[in-house]
Amino acid sequence: LIRSINDPEHPLTLEELNVVEQVRVKVNDAESTVSVEFTPTIPHCSMATLIGLSIKVKLLRSLPERFKLDVHITPGTHASEHAVNKQLADKERVAAALENTHLLEVVNQCLSARS
Amino acid sequence: GVKDGRWTVLQLVEALGFCLENTDPRTRGRGIQLLSQVLLQCYSLLQEKEVLHLVLFYESRLQDHHLVIPSVLQGLRALSMCEVLSPGLAVSVLKAIFQEVHVQSLLQLDRHTVYSIITNFMSTREEELKGLGANFTFGFIQVMDGEKDPRNLLVAFQIVRDLIAKDYALGPFVEELFEVTSCYFPVDFTPPPNDPHGIQREDLILSLRAVLASTPQFAEFLLPLLIEKLDSELQSAKLDSLQTLTACCAIYGQKELQEFLPSLWSSLRREVFQTASEKIETECLAALHALSACLSRSVLSSDSEDLLDSFLSSILQDCRHHLCEPDMKLVWPSAKLLQAAAGASLRAFHRITCSVLPLLLEQYTKHTQSSQRRTILEMLLGFLELQQKWGHVEEDESTLLSLQAPVCSVVFSALMDPSVQLQLVGIKALTVLGSLQGFLSSSDLELVVDHLIHLALHEEDSQSSEAAMEAAGSMAPTYPKVFSGHMVPRLEEELQSEREDSYQNHHSLQQRCLQALAAVSTHTSIMRETVPVLLQHLQKVQKGTEARNAQDMVSVCQSLHRVALQCQQDAEGCWYFHQTVVPCLLAMAVQAAMQESTHTLPGKALLEEEVLTAMIPVISAATTHLSPELAAQSVSHVVPLFLDGEVSFLPQNSFPSSFQPFGDGECLEAQRRLVALLMAFVCSLPRDVAIPQQEWLLQELLALSCSCNCPFTATTAAKCFAGLVNKHPAGQQLDEILQLAVNRMEPSLAEGPRRAQALTLLLWVTKALMLRYHPLSSCLTDKLLGLLGDTELGPATADGFSLLMAESQDVLHKGCHADVRIMFRQRFFTDNVPKLVQGFHGADPDVKANYLKALSHVLNHLPKPVLVTELPTLLSLLLEALSCSDRVVQLSTLSCLHPLLLEAPQVMSLHVDTLVTKFLNLTSSPIMAVRIAALRCAHALTSLPTTVLLPYKGRVIRALAKPLDDKKRLVRKEAVAARGEWFLLGSPGR
Repeated sequence: LIRSINDPEHPLTLEELNVVEQVRVKVNDAESTVSVEFTPTIPHCSMATLIGLSIKVKLLRSLPERFKLDVHITPGTHASEHAVNKQLADKERVAAALENTHLLEVVNQCLSARS
Repeated sequence: GVKDGRWTVLQLVEALGFCLENTDPRTRGRGIQLLSQVLLQCYSLLQEKEVLHLVLFYESRLQDHHLVIPSVLQGLRALSMCEVLSPGLAVSVLKAIFQEVHVQSLLQLDRHTVYSIITNFMSTREEELKGLGANFTFGFIQVMDGEKDPRNLLVAFQIVRDLIAKDYALGPFVEELFEVTSCYFPVDFTPPPNDPHGIQREDLILSLRAVLASTPQFAEFLLPLLIEKLDSELQSAKLDSLQTLTACCAIYGQKELQEFLPSLWSSLRREVFQTASEKIETECLAALHALSACLSRSVLSSDSEDLLDSFLSSILQDCRHHLCEPDMKLVWPSAKLLQAAAGASLRAFHRITCSVLPLLLEQYTKHTQSSQRRTILEMLLGFLELQQKWGHVEEDESTLLSLQAPVCSVVFSALMDPSVQLQLVGIKALTVLGSLQGFLSSSDLELVVDHLIHLALHEEDSQSSEAAMEAAGSMAPTYPKVFSGHMVPRLEEELQSEREDSYQNHHSLQQRCLQALAAVSTHTSIMRETVPVLLQHLQKVQKGTEARNAQDMVSVCQSLHRVALQCQQDAEGCWYFHQTVVPCLLAMAVQAAMQESTHTLPGKALLEEEVLTAMIPVISAATTHLSPELAAQSVSHVVPLFLDGEVSFLPQNSFPSSFQPFGDGECLEAQRRLVALLMAFVCSLPRDVAIPQQEWLLQELLALSCSCNCPFTATTAAKCFAGLVNKHPAGQQLDEILQLAVNRMEPSLAEGPRRAQALTLLLWVTKALMLRYHPLSSCLTDKLLGLLGDTELGPATADGFSLLMAESQDVLHKGCHADVRIMFRQRFFTDNVPKLVQGFHGADPDVKANYLKALSHVLNHLPKPVLVTELPTLLSLLLEALSCSDRVVQLSTLSCLHPLLLEAPQVMSLHVDTLVTKFLNLTSSPIMAVRIAALRCAHALTSLPTTVLLPYKGRVIRALAKPLDDKKRLVRKEAVAARGEWFLLGSPGR
């Protein structure tokens, strides 16, 4: 599902950039949990939050409601790992971010384009 | 007045005298304008003398006030079209124009007039103008210098082209002429929007190119220009330069190119090595090809150096070392450059291959990774394919022949490599080698065959095995002896061997053998060997008792079918196949049917439906391409067999009892099934072959189709009847037969135990008649429409409409010579859909579904463009069909609506409310296919105008959340796509 999301800075998809890999996605159907680890291209990638947000939104839109989502950065691959993880885990902040038209626009661009 | 001859021009001039000599230039201008208009209308009536005076008058007027000039030019144009213009006048007019008029300060229209004057003179007074010598060229150069309007440029370019093509003296003005045209190169012109003149950029480019590439005299100026443009940044300039260069090479020789070759080559090389654009690369290669061809064309004089040789040497020098690095990205560009140069002429090919081929072979052995080997072999293959272009391998000078042994060993090693990709390239290379006459020695060929057999039978990857079979098939016609002598016996052996290893293995091996036998039968002599083997195998399987008998027989039949298709074009092979296979199959079937009727024995599998169905295409394919005489000969055997039990032409024709498929009696059920084989034969005959005892045969078939209890037999009999009726020449006889059929059908349709059979017959006969636009077909269709309201037969009738519209597999299609008119579907649609709609509205609620089903079948088979234009009228009915509970109706309606949503969003948006509701309801249908189709339609809804959709967005997104958790993966996939698209609706960033 998330492999075809576009990178906000490159004309390539997250899969092509090896940001998301199959081994780092864990799905537990019985307990309805999905956990995705993504690896930013460089440790100081300023887009990490945005990529995480895109993945989260895409999953929110594509998975049944019963699933609990957990999107976070692969340990040890980003400078401000905890801060980003905290932002992504916080439901309120994700919802607030999506109220922001500008942010939503960028996210939608990531999600549409190709397909 | 002048036109009718009542007035002479002289009188007119006198009458206008006042105007023409008026001192006010405006009045003078008007006078001349009037005169010119008159002349334009009646220049053909003028006398020689009048013309003389007029010309002199106009010439003197050229010095006049600038306001007058346009009209003067018009008048001269009229005069230039006169046939009676006396010699010398043309020259003097042109001289006057060149001297007195500054053309580029005139308006576009007037400049155009000047060009037309010149064109007119050039087409009628060529000799005189040539007398002017280079002065004419010079004059023209002055005229066109600085021209800007594309319309005029087109004319001017045409004039220049004529100047050059008709050999006018250019004198010292070659460079000027080049300058005045080449300044437009490369053409950069975008036609203004809504341009009424319709001049495209392409027109200008082409006409300019024609000018520039028209003479070798331009070479010394043009080539530097091309090189300069090639080095520029602009894509279009590069493309244009390359194409112009290619065009130039067609007329240039060594002399012109010599000086510029090094820089041309370096530019081309740089482009190919660096460009990201495929188009430029292609053009570069084409240009290189043209250059090399041009150099090869010129005759060598003994003392000068061979330019081709030195040119190719420089290419080789630059490209050769890249070939040694199969992992680097310059490998392919280098190989392509070399191949382009080598493809130009035999001489170039020799020069390049004698250097490159040994290198490639050496590199192949040096590199051991199969991916690298593959790249090298692919390059080698490219060169071998070029060799194919020259056809024969010449004994004395071919480098290829001297390398025969290493090339073969390289290709063979590729075939044995475990990598499938490398194997595939190896097989391709082998095919190319095989097509080079005289390249492979007989011992090599045996090796080739061994390799192919191994690959075809034992290679696990089906891709390689198929490729090997294909290769065998394409090489077989070149070396029929080797293949029939080695490959066929080996395959036969394998086929008959009873190995002890696991059953599964053995079975798949046999399958492969059968496929390979069929694939290799591409030559008549090989086919003569393989067909008996296949038939023998069929007989052996038939006698066996294994459980998968029927399947094995089906695969033998498939192989036979393939052979039949391959030999269709060859009359002799086709007749042999027909003569061998058809009687044999019939004999086996007849024998099996006899045994069946006395006591149960093995061999019964042959009569199973699937086996008989597999035999139909074999017989059909063996029959369709027969010549009429041979077909007539054959038909005189087969038809009596079925009618009279005349078995004498069958091999092994001693049967315990008589063969009477049309006879009465309980025990003849098995024999009746063989009507399928009769159908395959009779219905595939060319239309002009007369069938003996046709009337009797038709009656028997009719009786059988109505009376038989077995659905398979009844259907085949009906199909056979329909196939014959379709080809029956129109006339009284046909009418009688049809009347008979209708009389037979009516009572059984009305009531009784055999209504289904009667319906099948009705459907097939309707189809047969509808295809040939027979008048009775509409009456029969009406009957079918009536049956839709029948509670018992209604659903079957509705399904029958798909039979009417679809392409039939075995009978009644173009391939078996049926009489099929074009557009029969459209015709059926326009004739019957209104009736269907009407019937629907008048029908009882419980049979309404039948009408909808029939309608959706008709719509489904209609070509899409017709559908889109016709559908809006039927839309309300289709929407009703969505709520029908029949899943076939739902599915076909959804598939009708899907293209409509994409192509006619305006019409559909009127019904958006209904559409959304219906689609969402259907996403929870119990049938997976319906859910998928509904989700696709919901997805397609997003192509409607956003404003219409926004009110539904929330609802749709909520509703689509449910199928996201569907238990089928394919449904979930569609749901995700649809829901994602709906989320994006109307939000920013789309």
